[in-house]
Amino acid sequence: MISAPDVVAFTKEDEYEEEPYNEPALPEEYSVPLFPFTSQGANPWSKLSGAKFSRDFILISEFSEQVGPQPLLTIPNDTKVFGTFDLNYFSLRIMSVDYQASFVGHPPGSAYPKLNFVEDSKVVLGDSKEGAFAYVHHLTLYDLEARGFVRPFCMAYISADQHKIMQQFQELSAEFSKASEYLKTGNRKAFAVELEKKLKDLDYTRTVLHTETEIQKKANDKGFYSSQAIEKANELASVEKSIIEHQDLLKQIRSYPHRKLKGSDLCSGEMEHAQDQPDQAPTTSNPDECADTDLYTCRPAYTPKLIKAKSAKCFDKKLKTLEELCDTEYFTKTLAQLSHIEHMFRGDLCYLLTSQIDRALLKQQHITNFLFEDFADDDRMVEKQESIPSKPSQDRPPSRSLEECPIPQVLISVGSYKSSVESVLIKMEQEFGGEDCKEVEVAEMSSFDLHGNLDYLDMDMKGSVSSGESIEVLGTEKPTSALSKSDSQASLVVPLSPQVIRSKAVSHRTISEDSIEVLSTCPSEALIPDDFKASYPSAINEEESYADDNEGAIHFQASISLSKLGEPEEGSLENTLSQADSCCIGKESDSLLVPLTTPIHTLSDEDGVVSIPPQHYRQKDQGFCVDFAVENANPSSRDNSSEGFPAYELDPGQLLASRDISKISLDNYSDTTSYVSSVASTSLDRTPSSAHPTGPSFERHKKRAGQNALKFIRQYPFAHPAIYSLLSGRTLVVLGEDEAIVRKLVTALSIFVPNYSCYAKPVKHWVSSPLHITDFQKWKLIGLQRVASPASASTLHVLSRYSRYTSILDLDNKTLRCPLYRGTLVPRLADHRTQIKRGSTYYLHVQSMLTQLCSKAFLYTFCHHLHLPAHNKEIEELVASRQASFLKLNLGLVNEDVKVVQYLAELLKLHYMQESPGTSQPMLRFDYVPSFLYKI
Amino acid sequence: MLRWLIGGSREPQGLAEYKKSALQTIGEEQTQNPYTELLVLKAHHDIVRFLVRLDDCRFASAGDDGLVVVWNAQTGEKLLELNGHTQKITAIITFPSLEACEEKNQLILTASADRTVILWNCDTGRQVQKVSCFQSTVKCLTVLQRLDVWLSGGNDLCVWNRKLDLLCKTSHLSDTGISALIEIPKNCVVAAVGKELIIFRLVAPIEGSLEWDILEVKRLLDHQDNILSLANINDLSFVTGSHVGELIIWDTLDWTMQACEHNFWDPFPQLDTQQEIKLCQKPNDISIHHLTWDEENVFVAVGRGLYVYNLQMKRVIACQKTAHDSRVLHIAKLPNRQLISCSEDGSVRIWELREKQQMAAEPVPTGFFNMWGFGRVNKQASQPVKKQQENATSCLLELIGDLIGHSSSVEMFLYFEDHGLVTCSADHLIILWKNGDRESGLRSLKLFQKLEENGDLYLAA
Repeated sequence: MISAPDVVAFTKEDEYEEEPYNEPALPEEYSVPLFPFTSQGANPWSKLSGAKFSRDFILISEFSEQVGPQPLLTIPNDTKVFGTFDLNYFSLRIMSVDYQASFVGHPPGSAYPKLNFVEDSKVVLGDSKEGAFAYVHHLTLYDLEARGFVRPFCMAYISADQHKIMQQFQELSAEFSKASEYLKTGNRKAFAVELEKKLKDLDYTRTVLHTETEIQKKANDKGFYSSQAIEKANELASVEKSIIEHQDLLKQIRSYPHRKLKGSDLCSGEMEHAQDQPDQAPTTSNPDECADTDLYTCRPAYTPKLIKAKSAKCFDKKLKTLEELCDTEYFTKTLAQLSHIEHMFRGDLCYLLTSQIDRALLKQQHITNFLFEDFADDDRMVEKQESIPSKPSQDRPPSRSLEECPIPQVLISVGSYKSSVESVLIKMEQEFGGEDCKEVEVAEMSSFDLHGNLDYLDMDMKGSVSSGESIEVLGTEKPTSALSKSDSQASLVVPLSPQVIRSKAVSHRTISEDSIEVLSTCPSEALIPDDFKASYPSAINEEESYADDNEGAIHFQASISLSKLGEPEEGSLENTLSQADSCCIGKESDSLLVPLTTPIHTLSDEDGVVSIPPQHYRQKDQGFCVDFAVENANPSSRDNSSEGFPAYELDPGQLLASRDISKISLDNYSDTTSYVSSVASTSLDRTPSSAHPTGPSFERHKKRAGQNALKFIRQYPFAHPAIYSLLSGRTLVVLGEDEAIVRKLVTALSIFVPNYSCYAKPVKHWVSSPLHITDFQKWKLIGLQRVASPASASTLHVLSRYSRYTSILDLDNKTLRCPLYRGTLVPRLADHRTQIKRGSTYYLHVQSMLTQLCSKAFLYTFCHHLHLPAHNKEIEELVASRQASFLKLNLGLVNEDVKVVQYLAELLKLHYMQESPGTSQPMLRFDYVPSFLYKI
Repeated sequence: MLRWLIGGSREPQGLAEYKKSALQTIGEEQTQNPYTELLVLKAHHDIVRFLVRLDDCRFASAGDDGLVVVWNAQTGEKLLELNGHTQKITAIITFPSLEACEEKNQLILTASADRTVILWNCDTGRQVQKVSCFQSTVKCLTVLQRLDVWLSGGNDLCVWNRKLDLLCKTSHLSDTGISALIEIPKNCVVAAVGKELIIFRLVAPIEGSLEWDILEVKRLLDHQDNILSLANINDLSFVTGSHVGELIIWDTLDWTMQACEHNFWDPFPQLDTQQEIKLCQKPNDISIHHLTWDEENVFVAVGRGLYVYNLQMKRVIACQKTAHDSRVLHIAKLPNRQLISCSEDGSVRIWELREKQQMAAEPVPTGFFNMWGFGRVNKQASQPVKKQQENATSCLLELIGDLIGHSSSVEMFLYFEDHGLVTCSADHLIILWKNGDRESGLRSLKLFQKLEENGDLYLAA
């Protein structure tokens, strides 16, 4: 909603600018440094150099005790994906990386073999020969028949983009840990079953041996034992020993540390097992009994076999498959999780990053984001709402807010600094006491997503520069430490004072440096292709500047906020935010203004401290201007408006339009279906959907809705009043005979419908019965069937009776009956001459415009002095006129636009006050305004 | 095809042309209409006929489904559902608790066609007591607070005390039963039974006798047809209205007729009976369904029209002959000279009573009267009559807004000073109409209160 990923991806290459008009030069801050691998004129979305596979995939490998490292399966399971990529070779590479696996054996002090519950290890590894980089997740599974009872496996996320692996390390690690947890849980279960069977076998064997010995004893009463008898006795003894050992193993596997299960979102069944186990552990020494009681096992009675004294040769037996090792149910879950991971990390890194930024920003807009966000975000919103209550209590101390957000400082930053860069830096100094500590803190504050990015980047350089060899293990991290740390940070960072944060940041960095080791090197230096050698350092430089250059960062922020806020024809709008600020200041002179300004400052301040990874930080500032819109946005928006960029340049649609052309050429260029290129333009059907758990269908929906909305806008000259109706909460009835057409248009228009809550859009796609007053209260967009029968008379009668509550779009006659619209908002939202060609682009355009609208509504709703009388004697008219002038002068709204913001404000109020969201329907608000009939 | 698109909210049925000329309509632009927000309340499964105000922010609704529902008038929240009657409810009345009584429980009495009367506690929703010894359906209830008794009127009249003991009753009065009942001074009540008004006197227990008694004192036989409405105007007089449009004002002390209006809503019955029959084809077009009053005027719902009868001048000072498309069922006077009416046509209309001084001075174009509903006379006979009518009405009822929400007849409404208007209807719905601007302000207030509670609002030191 906030960020258009396409803007980020735009490059400055001349060949893309085929537009007829003379486009002004692209501002420096918009351009992304040219892609290092494209020196031969390739485009940035073509296959990355050297990679022999077309897109990222997941590989599961095993270090087989019989044949060595071997690939087991890939996700997606499609040979086209990895193409000519040598899976065997790569399996060797990734499995040869040593890790902390400890094998089961007889530890010095123990009589029995001991199972170690080994933590998974996570390694990032690059193979420059293959052009592949991988996140490798090693894990150990137990197998009774395997050597030392363990079978080492690894899951690898293989990508051609090293930075993607590095920057998404946390996410990858978290997701793969889930998959690994499924595997290991299933494996423990299967292992326990296997042990039980083995115990029964042993028990049976013992009985048999025992009888045989007895028989021999009886048969042979000469007083000495034959060698056979001795052999039998030895065998019996070894069986006895084996029984004890296996019982011990069973006990160990069942007493798997329960704490590790807590917090992992495994199925509850596993938890129950875990809780029951302490009681069971003692009883397991009796195999018969445990067969009945054990919750792990509910299988038909097992017929024990006789175990031969000498086991078959190691290489004769067939090792269990992964599925056998892990219990089919869990194996399926694992595969599902892995393909989820594959979906999640599909696409270009910048796409992933933008959508993460997007999500992070949305989380901050918890008050307004229900209005136009899609339900795909529901789960996130729910978690977010859970976290809200803790926030105010943590950073409430008023003394701090007064200290850190003194009003005079804001005035200074608004008034005296021309450059956005300058003023922001100065702000940083004021808040954190020094520029130098900012970077550190930024790194530290990456509590949720890209935790410790900079560290990895540092390491990245070390690894590649120092060794320059074909395999570099670029970074490892213990999962538990990383996770717990990020957890604690999420909760701790907020209340900390800057000093504390700083010291903590330093210590964190040392930790992570320690944990990164170059574990192995390969002596095949000669294998590195020259071009890779040459280009690699430049990639590092790029990253370096990306991470360290504050100016660039702030420019980026400025440009985004400008593209959202500033368009020349808006006139006063450009200054909206600064005026909003000045309004607060003006109010201050009235002497009761402090209550207004202070809360806003604190709010923005607290948001600034929470959870900011490096790349996200600049976005964070943008978040201020969207959400709180008072101080941080000021310098940038003012600055930008003074520079006066033409609107076209800022229109994301424009950017996209030119990119579309380039895209076509890309498609021709790449012979295989270039996945990366499709990623770039967010509009193919295979558009990645990492941001949305609902996957590609959701993207497709967006795209289609955007496309149809665009069509509607171009086709109907009266699209503006229709969209105004939707935005202002007046129910729009789309009337038509053809269900498909009506549904299509309703879906398209639903992107303009504000939600009541985060649960469902008030849209009814198709109704054929006469409408009721309750329908208008419930639905804001209705597709209504026109029936060519007497029954339609009553339907139409109802429509005319309730005409004051509805706008009626008649698709068959191409007419619209609705109130007049003379505002300026909708023309910008839905310009029929727009250069936007693609549905998804238009969707993003709409979303960003609506976000801007939401921020206005937020400002209007939460401005204290606008709604409450300044003193007891103040009459209502005065308050009303204050509201009107705020809407007009500060928010730059004209005519009917005011009603849109007022309606959104009502929804915000209701949503904020709702105890349990989604329970009640809002009232039906309407105006007594005349309607007009529009025709084509 | 587009007719419905262009047309207003008019009903295109029946005598469309006639109505078009007679019924005053107001466009979609209603600047003086304050109700810009509505909330639909759904709980009933049948016609909702009664609304009764419990206190400043609660009301109860009752209907043909036998259900009584208590609502919050501010939020529209359903507070209680009182289940007890098996058939439709025929009367509902609040039962004020005694001043002396400690616990201020809000009680209501409901009578139903299942021949029971139930006393409810509206705070707990519990059924306090139930009487089921009636021979006939109780059609009206009234509480005599001074004597702390209540009366039920069906085919006979019964007097009950607070504990729901039967104190006394009259003999069988009529099969049609008592249609209306009011209290008048000197321990008397007036009951409308068919065409008759019967005055009863209640004899409270005194030294000599311990028994309550109710005596018929007088029968007033002046009405030609069934009495449909009966109301106390003030201490001195009460008013009755009948099916054929007779309005009689009575003295409460000596029960004599103070004033009488026949046919005033229909000034030309003698002109052309043929014509009249065609126009006012239904007799109930002139029946008086509901009455309301203030210090100066009695407001009368006559058929589809509204009339204002001045008590001092003893004549109609303003009228709106076709105020609605169909029968007006309930009217109420608001403090600000506004009158609200609801009708079988499903609409609620808001009127304002205005002086018509400048109108009398200038020559009035005939079109004006057409608009206001006086143009129904024949061309040849119209001129003199029009003059007379013009002199007769010194005020006018101006339509300032209409509320369209119900899809069926609006049975009743209730006005809350602070919360707006509640309407109930035969479409099973109750609609809460609110002033949107005021509600918006209230929500803002609540919002900042909540912000303050959450500690998100920093007040100046």
